[in-house]
Parts: sequence; structure tokens; C-alpha cells
Amino acid sequence: MVAVTIWGSLRRFTDGKSPVDVDATNFKELLDRLSEEYPGLKPQIERGVSLALDGRIYREAWFTKIGPDSEVILMPYMAGG
Amino acid sequence: MKSIHVSTTVNGDAVEFICAPDESLLDVLRNRLGLTGAKEGCGTGDCGACSVTLNGRLVCSCLVLGAEAEGADVGTIEGLANGDALHQLQQSFIDHAALQCGICTPGILVAAKALLEKNPDPTDTEVRYWLAGNLCRCTGYDKIIHAVQDAAQKMRSA
Amino acid sequence: MALDNTPKRVFKVVGTRPPRPDGIDKVTGRALYGADVSAPGMLTAHILRSPHAHAEIVSIDTSAAEALSGVKAVVTAKDFAPQDDDFLMDVLDNCMARDKVLYDGHAVVAVAATNSAIAKAALKLIKVTYKALPHVTDVDAAMTLDAPVVQEGRSLETVPEGMSQNVTSHCEFGHGDLDAGFQKADVVVERSFTTAATHQGYIEPHACLASMTADGKADLWCCTQGQYNVRDLCSAALGMEGSQLRVTASEIGGGFGGKTTVFIEPVALALSRKAGRPVKIVMSRDEVFRATGPTVSSSIDVKIGMTRDGRITAGEAHLRYSGGAFPCGTVDMGAQAAFAAYDLQAVRTLGYNALTNRPKEAAYRAPGAPQAIYAVESVVDELCQQLGLDPLEVRLKNAARKGTRSSYGPTFEDIGLVATLEAAKAHPHYSAPLAEGQGRGLSAGFWFNFGGNTCVTLNVNTDGTVGVTEGNPDIGGSRAAISQMAAEELGIPYDKIRTIIADTSALGHNDVTDGSRVTFSVGLATIKAAQDAIAKMCSRAAQIWGIDEEAVVWKDGAAEPAGPNAGKFPPMSLAEIAAVSFNTGGPIAGHHEFNADGAGVSFGVHLVDVEVDKETGATKVLRYTVFQDAGKAVHPSYVEGQMQGGAVQGIGWALNEEYIYGEDGRLQNPGFLDYRVPVASDLPPIETVILEIPNPGHPYGVRGVGETPIVPPLAALSNAVSRAIGTRMSSLPMSPPRILKALSKG
Repeated sequence: MVAVTIWGSLRRFTDGKSPVDVDATNFKELLDRLSEEYPGLKPQIERGVSLALDGRIYREAWFTKIGPDSEVILMPYMAGG
Repeated sequence: MKSIHVSTTVNGDAVEFICAPDESLLDVLRNRLGLTGAKEGCGTGDCGACSVTLNGRLVCSCLVLGAEAEGADVGTIEGLANGDALHQLQQSFIDHAALQCGICTPGILVAAKALLEKNPDPTDTEVRYWLAGNLCRCTGYDKIIHAVQDAAQKMRSA
Repeated sequence: MALDNTPKRVFKVVGTRPPRPDGIDKVTGRALYGADVSAPGMLTAHILRSPHAHAEIVSIDTSAAEALSGVKAVVTAKDFAPQDDDFLMDVLDNCMARDKVLYDGHAVVAVAATNSAIAKAALKLIKVTYKALPHVTDVDAAMTLDAPVVQEGRSLETVPEGMSQNVTSHCEFGHGDLDAGFQKADVVVERSFTTAATHQGYIEPHACLASMTADGKADLWCCTQGQYNVRDLCSAALGMEGSQLRVTASEIGGGFGGKTTVFIEPVALALSRKAGRPVKIVMSRDEVFRATGPTVSSSIDVKIGMTRDGRITAGEAHLRYSGGAFPCGTVDMGAQAAFAAYDLQAVRTLGYNALTNRPKEAAYRAPGAPQAIYAVESVVDELCQQLGLDPLEVRLKNAARKGTRSSYGPTFEDIGLVATLEAAKAHPHYSAPLAEGQGRGLSAGFWFNFGGNTCVTLNVNTDGTVGVTEGNPDIGGSRAAISQMAAEELGIPYDKIRTIIADTSALGHNDVTDGSRVTFSVGLATIKAAQDAIAKMCSRAAQIWGIDEEAVVWKDGAAEPAGPNAGKFPPMSLAEIAAVSFNTGGPIAGHHEFNADGAGVSFGVHLVDVEVDKETGATKVLRYTVFQDAGKAVHPSYVEGQMQGGAVQGIGWALNEEYIYGEDGRLQNPGFLDYRVPVASDLPPIETVILEIPNPGHPYGVRGVGETPIVPPLAALSNAVSRAIGTRMSSLPMSPPRILKALSKG
């Protein structure tokens, strides 16, 4: 299980919980599990999210490995100028 | 409106063209003579990207009519280098990284050359005020001032 | 990362300042920008735009225009297929209004004719019947329940119930117990701020040349920050297959984020398809201001608590941004960036985006961050003033560092904020005396930086030279930096390498030049492509020598046996291996394709001295110094150029630049005369200090540098002006009338 920190405005879709525990070993599994267990998160996940893993931001990479002790933060998908 | 026939000199070469009475010198240079070095950034004389010299005087070619070039001597960025030998200003701009996107560079070089012809030893403030009509959005002007001063110094000691 | 174990690498080419490869073309006027190419039989097009801020399009009659001699094609929104994807639909609806015009300048009809004069004359013959609707251009007004609704049904599920339909999204970030934090404070300051929308102000207006043939193939030449993105958007809009549309990026005359989308490109393609001839569109400056991307306008409340000794106990910000007439996610980034420079126990930021009758926002350098950080850094400065504390010491005391849980969630890796603040403290600027009537301001700034999808091919030519093919338009000297990294990795001179930017058919997808990503991502892909080519060259040398591949190493631009046991052969240089490549297996090339992550966040600190003329309200910038962590400066002159250019754009934002709307909802200053960007005589030299705290995500330690420099100037200037006049400023720009007003109140 990994503990995923959810940003404030999404917590009403996780019954106010953050972090939430999810059974996942990579980014793709994590997003799939989150969508299944918290359907309210699905629209945001479909619009795009980034994942900060131990301080480093990943924007799309599905198969980025997540260890059980990793710090995992969900973030909106972002773009620059 | 009937087009006007114009005989002029551009960068030392005799040139003839026809243009509409309301056509700007900038449009003539770019669209009729294939000299696209002068750029249109605003079309209202505010940005200086279209700077050329007309009988030695620095002008915004977007505010000059093509017909006004009759019998005149027009100088554009394409005439700055002597063949493959760059003008000192051009070399100094490259050496001092005084350009990023480069869209304002032709106008600034034409303007800077006009400055150094009038005043070969300007202060930084004089360079800044002379170039105040040439907008650059990339560099913050710092390296442009250095490049103009570097060229001025080298031209004085040449 | 393969080279993580060599952090103290001695560089030969990286860190030097070679001439840029596009230099001579640009100083001689030979470089070709968006408007500089023509095609045989080319038509010229112009676009009719809305004179209304908000109106229903009742009817469009183009018959008289179409009957005009020389008119070859007319298009409206009906010529573009509706899209399932909301994002794409919005981009298209912004290119051509569908049922309603949503802002002054919104495109309605386009006409292509045999010349510009005829196309302009044709626009005057078009009859559009509008039914004017009530409009709203102010973000706070747009959020009230009785505000005119700009677009219905656009609110995301994140928006709390009971808000105006104009509110399209809501976000919240932060951690800790805010109430407990404020309880611990000795002083709490709460203040509201506004910032005006500004324009990127690139000197080159948008321009493109489209040519579509009867078999559905098309070529598009345009000034853009991303040719692949243009291809994807345009091919969807025109219902084409991506492979049939080849997009070539011209030299680009500035972008700063504003050329990361399309405005005229699908229109030119549609006109070309109808007319069966090439079509060129060049925007006027008026059109650029009225219809292309300004930043968000914003209204922000900040509350920060501090102890007497300068420890921040809690920070809260409420951000209301408007990205114009279409949904916009920029507030998410502002809300995440607002407190990034601080190590906080309790922090919360709330963000809302509201629709207004303004042009659709386009990215502008660190989108969303300058506004939010301006408000936070202003309140921190005010607290320092109230408590009599040194603003640099207070920032050092509260600075985020490695291991800090950032205000937006993740724990920071190696970051350079403390080093940057220390450099500012040690710099003579910080201790220089100020005269009466002058003020000094400082602000920290932050940007995330991104990586993204990247593709590079590195071709080893038989004469020992190398061609690098990459896919990101060069807006700040990146071709030079990419060539430097290739030279460094291959061990050959810089001038043996030529880097070119491919069209969409010549290389796989590359994300847009944005997010300060190019030197980082394309550089990393180039290093890896060079390593790929090196592996192949080592293999060729091994074959020639008849030894194992593993027994060959690459050193100083040549293959050599790994040690005495591997065999005794003199080194074979890249040129020697390349010369016999046809005999040893064929041409040699290296490739790398990836989605880059690990860009490494960037911090900067700006120091500014100003003098305010109390008679006129004009602010003179006397001295300006930029400190920024570049990770590793590949070409220091271009890093300095980013720092200086970003700082000056920020100075313009702070002092003069703003979109001014009248009561009628129309833009009043769509030109450089009235929208005043900084000119050379407004400015002092911009001093730069580059810090190099290596990014662990890049083998040379490179971080993006392009966006962070626009973030600190807003607060640095506001803090300096506030200290100079003895009155706290809370609205940007601090134009002379606003300063006079503040003085008369103070």
C-alpha cells in the first residue's frame, strides 16, 4: 500500500481523507485504483494529474515505480510558458 | 487607384518598383523587393522593428510611403555588412549575446549605426535614449547597450 | 542516471560562451520569421472581429464580400468540425466565434483575396447582425451571483455549490493547522491585491502561410513555440490525418508562452482548402492585443502571521483569477506556487477561476506564479516593516530548503533558495546607501520547471562533423546550448556541430517550447543520443581492432582500448571512425526519445532600488540585481539573457503594463503607444549573479531558467515603491496615476 496525498479541493471526493492508502506499484496502477475507489476523482484524473514522487514531479509516466515508503503527492497537470 | 512608378536607390543599388499610392515603404521593401530584414512589429511607428535610413535619416519605414522613396537613398539591414564582412555592430551583437529572438535586431542595428555616425562616443544614457524607439522584449536591453558601446569603441580605434 | 556519480565533472564546452549558430542570419536580416515567406499564387487573408464585448451572432451575410472581384474564399466557424474534447473546442471557438462573440476582438469571419487591400475591402462588405448581451470584464464582478454569465455549464465538479456560473474551477492546497498558526503569531497582516492582465508583448505578430492541396495534404509555415502542437490542433480542426499536415516552425520573434497555441493557423488552412491556393495571414498589432493571449487578471487576499523574531507561523491566500472567456487552469499553478519559498507549518491557498469577457488567456512565463507570489511577498515585506526586521534575514529564517515539505505538497530535493538569498545578502547592492526618497525592495521567486516529451536524432557525418536534429523552436539561444552539450558529450569542438529544428515530418513528437524545458529536456535527450552514437562508434572501433566492445571506452572524442589488457591500439577519433563507417556497418546515428521528468524547481531573488517622483508619480528604477540558481549554466550569456529579459518584463508588469477596458467592455489600449512596455531609457543595467546548485535530475546539473525571472519583479518593485513613498501599494501596475492616488491618500 502507498499513502497518496490528495490536494484540498479533491478531498470531498475521498470522504475528507488525505492521505488515502492505495494498493499500487506504479503511477498507472495508482490512478486506476484511485478512480475505482473514489469515482469522484475520475473527472480530474481524466483531465490530467501529475504525481510528485519523493519530491520529483512526473506528469505522465505510467510505469514510474512507486515504493511502499515513497512520498506520493497527487498534483494537477501543469504547463509552463 | 493607379500604381506609381518609383526609381530609387536601396543599399547603393538602383532599384525601380511600382506601388499603390497608400503603400508603405516597409511593404514595398518586404513584398515587392524581397528585403524582409525590416519587420512590421506594430505598423504605427511605436516599435522600431522596421527602422531604415532615408537619405541618411533614421525613419520607421511603416510610416513612410513607398512613393516617398523616389530619388532617395534607402539604407536597410541588408546593406549593413560589406559582402561577407560583417559591420562591427553586427559582430559586437553576436559577441555580446545582444540578441535572443532577433526580430528587433535589424531595426536596432540600423538605429545604432545611425547613432554612431552622429555621435561616435556616446554615453550609456545617450545610447539608451537613442534606442528608446526600438522595442526589445527578450533582452532587457542590457547586452544591447554593451554591444553598441563595444562596437563604438572598436570603430573609434579602427 | 548514468552520470550521477560524477557531480564534479570538469566541463570543456558547457559553461563557455560560443557564438550562436543563428547569429549571422539574425544580424544580417536573413533569418526568416513567420511573415517572411511567400508562395507562388499566394492569397492574403484578413479577419473580421467583434466590436462587442459579448453578443449573440444572429446572422452573417458574406454574399457581397464573396462577390467582390479578387475574393477567393470566406470562412466562419461553420467551416470547422465541432470537437468532442472541451479543450480543443475552446481553442477552436477562440479562433472563430461560433454562436456568441465572447470578447472585443473575437474573430467572426475570415476572407482570403488576391491581395491585402481587396481582403480588407471585402471585410467591410460583410454584414454581421449581433444581439448585444450584458458583459463583465472584472474578475470580482464576474464572481457575483448577478453577473452576466459568459458561458453556461462550464463549471467543473470542483466548484462549490452556490457560486456564479462564471466560476469554472476551484482548487485548494496546503497543510497544517491554520488557526493554531495564526494564534502563535505576534503580528498578523491581511491585505487584498489586484494585478492587471498583461500581454507577452512579443515584437513579432502571429503569422502563417498555409498551403493545402486537393488531395488533402497540407504544409504550414508559422511562428510558434511548438510545431507538433500546431499540427495536432490544426489537423483535428480540419479533420485531417496528422501525417498529412507538415508544420514547419519559422524563426520565432518572441513567444514567452503566447505562441503555445493557435489563433490564425486553422483559419489559414481552411481558407487554403476552400480556395485551392496558398494563404498567408499576418496579424496586426491591434489584433495581437485584442485577440491573443494576455495573462490572467487577478484579485488576491493574503493573510500571514509572524512572531516578533521573524518566524512565519501561518500563511493563507485566496486567489481569484480570470483567464478570459474560456475555462483556465492557471490559478492552480498560482495557488501551488504562492508560498513555495517558505518552510511553513501551516499554509493554505484557495484558487478560483472566473470567466470574463476578455480574450482567452495564453501562458506567459511562469503562468500564474507572478501574481500569487507578488501578493505573498508584499505581505511578508509589510510584516518585516512593522516588526523592524531585515527582509532578507526573515526570508533566510523561513526559507524552504532540501527536506522542506513544500506548500504544494512534495518534499524538496536539492534547491538553491538559501544560496540565492545568501548571495543577495553578500552582494554590495544590498548594503549600498539609499538617498532620501529612494526605496529598496526585494522578493524571492519560484517556478516548477517541466520536462516533457522529447525526441532527438544525432547524425555522425562521414567528414567527422555532427548534425543534431531536435524539435523545439529556439527562443533564447537553445540551439547553441544543445550544440554545446553534444560537443561536451562527444568530446569534439562546438563548431563541428550544427543543430537544426525539424519540421513535424522529420522527427517524432516534441512538446511545446515551454515550462523552461528545452535546455533541460532537449539537452538531456541530446546527451543520451550522443551516448547512443558513442556506443555505436565504440563497437565499430572494437570490430576494426578485433577486440570486445566492452574493452573499448570513449575519451576526449576518440575510442580507445579500455586498458593495457584490452590491446595496444592508438585512439581512433570520431572523424576516423566516421570516415570508414560505410565499411564497418553503415551510417552512424544516435537517437533518444523520452518523456523527461526531474526538471528541478528554480528559485531566484531580485533586488531593486527605485526613486519615485512625487510630483508626477513616475518611478525610476535606479539599480537592479538578479540572483538565480541555474543548476548549471550551459551558455552563461543566454542564462543572463533570460534573467535580464524576464526581470524587465516583470518591471513592465509592475510599473506600466495593463489591459484597460472601458465601460463598453472594449479594450482601450491595443497598441504599443498606450500599452507601454519598458524601453531602453527606462532602465538601468540589469546585473546578474548566477548560482549553480546542480539539479540531481540532469547529468550536468541543468535546471530550466527561463520563467523564474519574471516572478520576483512584481513584489520587488512594489516593496521598493512602498518603502520609498511610505505607503503600501497593493495594485499593479503602479502607474503614475495610481501612485499619485496612493500619495494623496497616504
